[in-house]
Amino acid sequence: MGEIVRPARIVEGRLRSLAAVYGGVMRTSMIRTVQYRANTLIELALMVAEPVVYLVVWQIVARTNDGSVDGFTAGRFAAYFIAWSWVRTFVQGGSPGNWERRVRDGSMAGFLMRPIHPVHQNLALWVGFGIARATMWIPAGAVLVLIFRPELHTGALQLLVFPVAVAMAMLARTFTQDTIGAGAFWFTRISAIGSIVGLVELLTSGRLVPLELLPGWAQAVSWALPFRWTFAFPIEALIGPMSSGRLFTGLAMEAGWLVVMWMVLRVVWSRGIRHFSAVGG
Amino acid sequence: MSSVRGERGRIPHGIAVTAVHLRVNILNELQYRSNFFVQLLQTVLMTVNGVLIVALVYSKVDDLNGWRRSELLAAIGVFTIVGGIMRAFIQPAITRMIEDVEEGTFDFVLTKPVDAQLLMSVRQIEIWQLADVVVGIVIVAIAAPTLPAGLGIEEILSFLALLAAGAVIAYSMWVAIACAVFWVVRMPYLDNFFFYIARAAQFPISIYPTWLRIGLSTIVPLGLAVSAPAQAITSRLTWTTVATVCAVMIAFVALSRALWKKGLRTYTGASA
Repeated sequence: MGEIVRPARIVEGRLRSLAAVYGGVMRTSMIRTVQYRANTLIELALMVAEPVVYLVVWQIVARTNDGSVDGFTAGRFAAYFIAWSWVRTFVQGGSPGNWERRVRDGSMAGFLMRPIHPVHQNLALWVGFGIARATMWIPAGAVLVLIFRPELHTGALQLLVFPVAVAMAMLARTFTQDTIGAGAFWFTRISAIGSIVGLVELLTSGRLVPLELLPGWAQAVSWALPFRWTFAFPIEALIGPMSSGRLFTGLAMEAGWLVVMWMVLRVVWSRGIRHFSAVGG
Repeated sequence: MSSVRGERGRIPHGIAVTAVHLRVNILNELQYRSNFFVQLLQTVLMTVNGVLIVALVYSKVDDLNGWRRSELLAAIGVFTIVGGIMRAFIQPAITRMIEDVEEGTFDFVLTKPVDAQLLMSVRQIEIWQLADVVVGIVIVAIAAPTLPAGLGIEEILSFLALLAAGAVIAYSMWVAIACAVFWVVRMPYLDNFFFYIARAAQFPISIYPTWLRIGLSTIVPLGLAVSAPAQAITSRLTWTTVATVCAVMIAFVALSRALWKKGLRTYTGASA
């Protein structure tokens, strides 16, 4: 008779292996980011260019409009779009096109052979990329701060909430992209659906413009969708000012959407995987 | 005598190869008609985003560095047209070239008896992306009646000429960027590059401060490629802009061709 292994020890063992895999994959993706540094630097430059264009336009609008737009001064726009740039760099979370490619060329079979769920592998990969890129972003961010002079109203509570909000945003975005990507088990052109969702996200997440500037109906739409909570909220939490009530409401909304997305991902994935049949990989 | 025949024969051969590839690509794309509706939905959403931003900006101010509402709307239309041309003809070819270099299958392009850059450029197109061009023309048509200086034949002709020049600039810029793959081998985020650069070029560059205007005219000249036709259609075109477009176009065509040739000498193949 062998030793009886208690369930608690099995769970502990599984968690330990999962942590080891996460550590390994994250380390690999960080090394890849640095290894392909020319690519990373070009992408970072372009990722910074997008918010800088929005920032410049809205600063012109603020200056033309007696210094501010709905309470947003040039300095506050600077704070918003510089924080935007860092958050976007960190929470990219992959693309449905990656899953589409893996299903199409059969390499998904290789992912399924490993003793860890593909979603875990993907998450670890993008957290690693996010950490490496967000670190490489710092010199560019310092230049933006010197040029645009952001105006921050950040309290101690906001500094505590911000990392939690960003971490949840990272998870939520990865789950959303993975859920759309799992559609590749049924449809061959899932990246087009991803682009359509991306365009809805563009407007309702605060990427084009701070959501406070949108008309009432558009703000109401953004409240009902997850993208506001997984992009604009961490930024607003960092740049402030934000009351404790709004901070906790935001965290609760973000956590709620995270749970919903995780459940949807589980359902879509478990059903979709039954449709997968591929050779090669 | 044979060399003369060779030179004379080369141009028709190139045109024939281009025509065959375009025809095969179009036939291939026509098999997937539902893609047109997916593309149309994407275009409509992108346009709604652009139009909403214009509406939002002009709900706060009457004038954005000299650009009035109808002029900026026309500029958004031009941006949509240039974006459509880029996504239909340039992006698919560049993306495939990069995938081929990564996988080593680019050898099959190099072994064909035709100029490799020409073949790379015409073998992959996505015609449904031309929905953007249609939507862009509709936006320009909507803005046209309220343009302060009106829209005459002179504006339309200069717009078309600068649109063609802009397309050449955009093509050359992307070839120059893509040539980096011969040295770095992998360019995994290229799709993102297309997206970010396009977002940066959505407003006319004359709105921006000088440093950004110079950057979007020379380092990443897509801003100029979009702005120049937008200026033409809004009667803002100056000879300085025309001269800048010509100079940037010539410089980028020469640069992209030089990088292409240098890159090919570096390329060693990966699998074949």
